[in-house]
Amino acid sequence: MFDTILIANRGEIACRVMETARAMGVRCVAVYSDADAGAKHVEMADVAVHIGGSAPAQSYLKGDVLIQAALDTGAQAIHPGYGFLSENPDFVEAVENAGLTFIGPSAKAIRAMGLKDAAKALMVKAGVPVVPGYHGSDQDDGLLAKEAEAIGYPVLIKAVAGGGGKGMRLVEKPDDFFAALKSARSEAKTAFGNADVLVEKFVSKPRHIEVQVFGDGKTAVHLFERDCSLQRRHQKVIEEAPAPGMTEEMRTAMGAAAVRAAEAIGYAGAGTVEFIVDGSEGLSPDGFFFMEMNTRLQVEHPVTEMITGVDLVEWQLRVAAGEALPAAQEDLSINGHAFEARLYAEDVPKGFLPATGTLTHLAFTPQTRADSGVRAGDTISPFYDPMIAKVVVHGPTRDVALAKLRAALAGCQVGGTVTNLAFLGALAGHDGFGQGDVDTGLIARDIDALTVAPEVAPRHAALAGMAALGLLETAAETGFHLWRPLRRQVLLRWDDGEHLLKVRVSSPDKQIWSVGDDDVTAEQRAGRWIVGGQIAADVTRAGDAITVFEGYGLTFEVVDLLDRAAGAQGDGNLIEAPMPGLVRAVDAKVGQVVAKGDRLAVLEAMKMEHSLLAARDGTVAEVLAAEGDQVEAGAALVRLEAEETEAAA
Amino acid sequence: MKLSSQILTSSETFKANEAAHLQALDQVSAAAEAAALGGGEKSRARHESRGKMLPRERVANLLDPGSPFLEIGATAAHGLYDGAAPCAGVIAGIGRVQGHEVMVVCNDATVKGGTYYPMTVKKHLRAQEIAEANNLPCVYLVDSGGANLPNQDEVFPDRDHFGAIFYNQARMSSKGIPQIAVVMGSCTAGGAYVPAMSDVTIIVKEQGTIFLAGPPLVKAATGEIVSAEDLGGGDVHTRLSGVADYLAEDDAHALALARRAVGQLNRAKPTTVQWETPEEPAYDPSEILGAVPADLRTPYDIREVIARLVDGSRFDEFKSRFGETLVCGFAHVKGCPIGVIANNGVLFSEAAQKGAHFVELCSQRNIPLVFLQNITGFMVGRKYENEGIARHGAKMVTAVATTNVPKITMLVGGSFGAGNYGMAGRAYRPRFLWTWPNSRISVMGGPQAAGVLATVKRDAMERAGQEWSAEEEAAFKQPTIDMFEEQSHPLYASARLWDDGIIDPRKSRDVLFLSLSASLNAPIEPTKFGVFRM
Repeated sequence: MFDTILIANRGEIACRVMETARAMGVRCVAVYSDADAGAKHVEMADVAVHIGGSAPAQSYLKGDVLIQAALDTGAQAIHPGYGFLSENPDFVEAVENAGLTFIGPSAKAIRAMGLKDAAKALMVKAGVPVVPGYHGSDQDDGLLAKEAEAIGYPVLIKAVAGGGGKGMRLVEKPDDFFAALKSARSEAKTAFGNADVLVEKFVSKPRHIEVQVFGDGKTAVHLFERDCSLQRRHQKVIEEAPAPGMTEEMRTAMGAAAVRAAEAIGYAGAGTVEFIVDGSEGLSPDGFFFMEMNTRLQVEHPVTEMITGVDLVEWQLRVAAGEALPAAQEDLSINGHAFEARLYAEDVPKGFLPATGTLTHLAFTPQTRADSGVRAGDTISPFYDPMIAKVVVHGPTRDVALAKLRAALAGCQVGGTVTNLAFLGALAGHDGFGQGDVDTGLIARDIDALTVAPEVAPRHAALAGMAALGLLETAAETGFHLWRPLRRQVLLRWDDGEHLLKVRVSSPDKQIWSVGDDDVTAEQRAGRWIVGGQIAADVTRAGDAITVFEGYGLTFEVVDLLDRAAGAQGDGNLIEAPMPGLVRAVDAKVGQVVAKGDRLAVLEAMKMEHSLLAARDGTVAEVLAAEGDQVEAGAALVRLEAEETEAAA
Repeated sequence: MKLSSQILTSSETFKANEAAHLQALDQVSAAAEAAALGGGEKSRARHESRGKMLPRERVANLLDPGSPFLEIGATAAHGLYDGAAPCAGVIAGIGRVQGHEVMVVCNDATVKGGTYYPMTVKKHLRAQEIAEANNLPCVYLVDSGGANLPNQDEVFPDRDHFGAIFYNQARMSSKGIPQIAVVMGSCTAGGAYVPAMSDVTIIVKEQGTIFLAGPPLVKAATGEIVSAEDLGGGDVHTRLSGVADYLAEDDAHALALARRAVGQLNRAKPTTVQWETPEEPAYDPSEILGAVPADLRTPYDIREVIARLVDGSRFDEFKSRFGETLVCGFAHVKGCPIGVIANNGVLFSEAAQKGAHFVELCSQRNIPLVFLQNITGFMVGRKYENEGIARHGAKMVTAVATTNVPKITMLVGGSFGAGNYGMAGRAYRPRFLWTWPNSRISVMGGPQAAGVLATVKRDAMERAGQEWSAEEEAAFKQPTIDMFEEQSHPLYASARLWDDGIIDPRKSRDVLFLSLSASLNAPIEPTKFGVFRM
């Protein structure tokens, strides 16, 4: 076994790897960027090495720096985690050339799976099923129809040169084939100048089921499947193991196919073979098709660990250190059911925009396995994926595990940033999901219902008001009055509106709150507040931000009256960054006369470019950001000259 | 040490007492609730429609959330001026701002535009007097048209009239007692000096105005036509004149600025007494209503009250076997050491000597004094006059008058005659004087006063050889009895600010504590007694 390893990663996966490594008596070297200097993975490590700037390209992607750090600290192996350099064959080679061990597959195996078409061909050779289709150059109508018949309806006709849905037709039955072919060709010809098409099996209710494999370079075993069908724009949201509705027959078939895939490339270490599964008529052993293989430890590996009792990181280390596979296929079995939900700092109402902020509070229920790379007090920075934690639960059956997932999500407490917790909660409560009726289109179909913002009830607002005014803790004289308690107010912001709350504090144990037209009584009994007839939820305050931990965390902002400087400019004149991101371009110039709708700047965030437009006609007074700047949400980018509405009185 | 109550809370007497006290309490409570509404529904609605906070909300938003508010003169001017000035048109009291105890004086513009009636002036001055005696920062929430013109003769000219407000501000400022004004409405004529004389002044934009003469008077005097805002609005005073220092957006912002100003005072409460860990009394303070007889003439043991006021009901009684009609002893109220002087019957020479002795002890030790007043007076008659009860009474009065420890007086029963003096009545400048709804105050009892007058008249008539029937005498006495009955009522007394307010007896312990706590903002100066007539 290694004496020391370097973990070339950050966040929860770095912490996850270290936990196992340290339990095995292996010293851990962490690496960190500027932004991560105080991060949890740095605190956990035996040694930590600073490797560069906050942007991944300046730190976690710098293979040579990582290797040097390993050499300098006496590490014998490098664990890549996931993402960053984990599937970079050049890095693997560099690591090996430096005389170190890469904890993962060989560069060759990674390359074999890196090119999709070649990988598919390789899989066909190895007897792994792929999506049936006709990719031939003979474009005869009759031949194509015959091929379609052979593939089995429904089929997709796709332009060979295509993309973006152009020249693509879904054909449900043979009668429609020729008409569809004709229109697809004509569209393809117009769009791409090439009328050639291919025919492929259309998977009408696709499920994403993947098989965890583990190899030692020669042989491999599988650790059963995971169902990752709950996806939003190809991002996995909730994963589970085993897959609902999975039959033993199909599991055996998929497992065998996955093992063949791994063995075909001499795979060593943990890997995942992803399949698309036709869920339209239940699962059947002939209804799964190879998609790709991920040559690394997956984010969702914990669900497999929970049902198999295997510590995959331990296996990774042992196999990388030269041990044989720790278990034979027949020694592996499934125990119960597990779920994982990915908790992110995301602004769901704003289209799941990644959020930043300082976690003022972070707590999970004791029944939860929470794999997290952050602690209360840590900052979710704009430089990396905004994951807060993976919420993992295990139960003897799917129903029990799902109930535990709901409870775990309801009991999650995150303060200081917006999260996708309510969305996860809604998803965990989704009927179809509850029945195991999942497919990759589920979230998109029901997105509106799943993203309904939790409603702030008057009692929640009253509780936030109590926190805002410091009235959760009371003293013997609190609220003393001779005849009638005075009525104080507090201004809170929630749901994008300002709300004026009023309160009469009658005694240390009683307050009457007015929230809009509702009166809410808060009473303290045996040290607990009963607000609006219900036991008050936990609540935290950090600065002006208050979080009531009910409905997956309701956030309020205390309006600081002192911020209302009299006579100051109201700032309708500012163009602000709507989210954290990189300033791609600045079009505005000082003194430039702009019209409403003119583009003033472009912000890149989450691989999307956001144009920031002038909200009115005016003149640019100041340009406050430059191209290449990394900015926080709300940062002022451009200021227009104030409108001359009020002359000096 | 621990007092042992003899009261049966399940007894009929207890319930009857409680019912009677609650009835008396209801009358006061109704008066206080009405006063708290200020100038009535219509003027309150008009006030709010201008975007202004109601005066009591202004006070609440100045104070720390949940802060206790020890209101002064909650029923001031009750029944005066044909009911035109509820609460005397000004709210005053002690609350906490950023943890500091401060005196808040808030004009109620819903009451005759916040103009000053005689009782308004008296209340404002009393609030300042409390602030000065106890070293409490003052925050004035100003919204007043100045002197009430029809009452100018009782408001303007005398020593304790309008001018004293500014005199007090200057004197307090010179003593380092901060003066902060928030101009939230008019501040006209003399009223203009409240902000001008303050250390720090905040004014609300397009709402507060400060000028010596308003637009109508300016027009009459010089013909100049000018708007109130241009004459003395917030913009003018913070930008041009410098009369005010901070410009606020609205009431809420102004109060936030005032809170910040108090937070900047850099003041700390002096250490004056040795605080103990607070402890609840062994007997529930709310039992006071049943423990104290409804009828003032029914004697009872004042220790039953003390047992329901002090920590752990523990009472270190001093000289319990001597001068038994005056109960003296050491105790704590919410951790604060106090010396209790309480009546348990008419005052005799021994009791007065014991009282003087005890005041000397507390003065020596810097222990605040709490007077529980239920006194019909000093004992009368040849024996007592001849033994020099006036001389002994004088010793007690001298001690009470000259001690520098804080004195808090609570009228828990009768306050008649010279007993009032020895027991730190209003004239003896207790830091606070509170009354219970069952208390009565007058130079002597009504029937006694009527009796004195009747005796004088009967003597005169008899000298003139005239007859006076019993019926005629009773008819003669009745108006005096009625007058005394009316004038000795706590609502009558409190309306005229002979005290700082009527309180719910069940809240006595809290009121005592808050009064003591406020008092201890001022360092306790060493006492130098006057000549005791030995």
